Amino acid sequence: MLIDTSTGLIQVEEDTKILPPNVIITTLDKIINWGRLSSIWPTTFGLACCAIEMMAVGASHYDFDRFGIIFRGSPRQADCMIVAGTVTKKMAPVVRRVYDQIPEPRYVVAMGSCACTGGVFRTYNTVQGCDTFLPVDVYVPGCPPRPETLLEGMMKLQEKIRKEQARWSPWR
Amino acid sequence: MAVVLTRIYIPPKGLPPTEIAEKIKGRFPEEVVEVIEFRDQVSVIVKRGRVLEICRYLHDDPDLSFDHLQDLCGADYHGKKEPRFEVVYNLYSIKYRHKIRIRTQVPESDPSIQSVTSIWTGANWHERECYDMFGIVFKGHPDLRRILLPEDWEGHPLRKDYPLKGPELDKDWKGFVEVVNRSKELKEFEWKG
Repeated sequence: MLIDTSTGLIQVEEDTKILPPNVIITTLDKIINWGRLSSIWPTTFGLACCAIEMMAVGASHYDFDRFGIIFRGSPRQADCMIVAGTVTKKMAPVVRRVYDQIPEPRYVVAMGSCACTGGVFRTYNTVQGCDTFLPVDVYVPGCPPRPETLLEGMMKLQEKIRKEQARWSPWR
Repeated sequence: MAVVLTRIYIPPKGLPPTEIAEKIKGRFPEEVVEVIEFRDQVSVIVKRGRVLEICRYLHDDPDLSFDHLQDLCGADYHGKKEPRFEVVYNLYSIKYRHKIRIRTQVPESDPSIQSVTSIWTGANWHERECYDMFGIVFKGHPDLRRILLPEDWEGHPLRKDYPLKGPELDKDWKGFVEVVNRSKELKEFEWKG
């Protein structure tokens, strides 16, 4: 793009202006959301066969890292939890505890039919969707979802973060 | 050029399952209720009273030598058969490569049976699972606790009169109810964008 340095502020997109040669003016919302959506760090947490698919997405062929998504070994260093697999009632308190340890801002992705709805397991020991005890942001259907589907789900989460307003503020 | 000689192990010939059943019947004529043959698989239905002796005999007899308990499980014939429960032992001899199935009748009024952990140590977890799912008490078991479900779970879910979809939320396992209630309490702190 050719920029005329003789004029003042130039609007490159909505809410973003540049003052040549090297001053950029934008909103706090925009820059914080950009930072957050470009470095979603999910906690390494798998429950069933969906976890195998999640690992495949994390590995080199599908490569989560190119979206800044890096798995962290501790929920205290993470922003996001991918509930990958069947949640049993015995496991539910543990899943909730992992979620409770994630600092704000935090997001939950329900991966697979079981985490979304309980799937085929309409039985005594299966939680019928992890949204019964977790606030889910993105539902990724499939049994298990293809790696592309999970990538699409994470990109949907990125879009959701992009639209947030004043989540950084202490008065929110 | 080197010549490698390998010795192939040829197991001693085992007994056909009908003969094994005849042997059990000959040794314990009072205990055997019925012998069922279906698709070359033979089941010996026995009474529960002397099951430990029968198993000890099957394990120790030099011609049978059932040294491997392939599986131990429960079965519920609710409304189909009396007595209601069965404990099924699938036995295999690694030495002779023959197998037999022993089915033990257990009544509903007193669901208990002797433990066979003294013969096959591997029966330990199988018996715990059977206790967890059917509520059959194994006498003489060293550590009879639930193995899969939480320890304070009520009921035995593989019984046919247990609701398939589980109890309603208010009568559910209290650990799960606690989590659901706590998540409702913490809902007000969630981000509402």
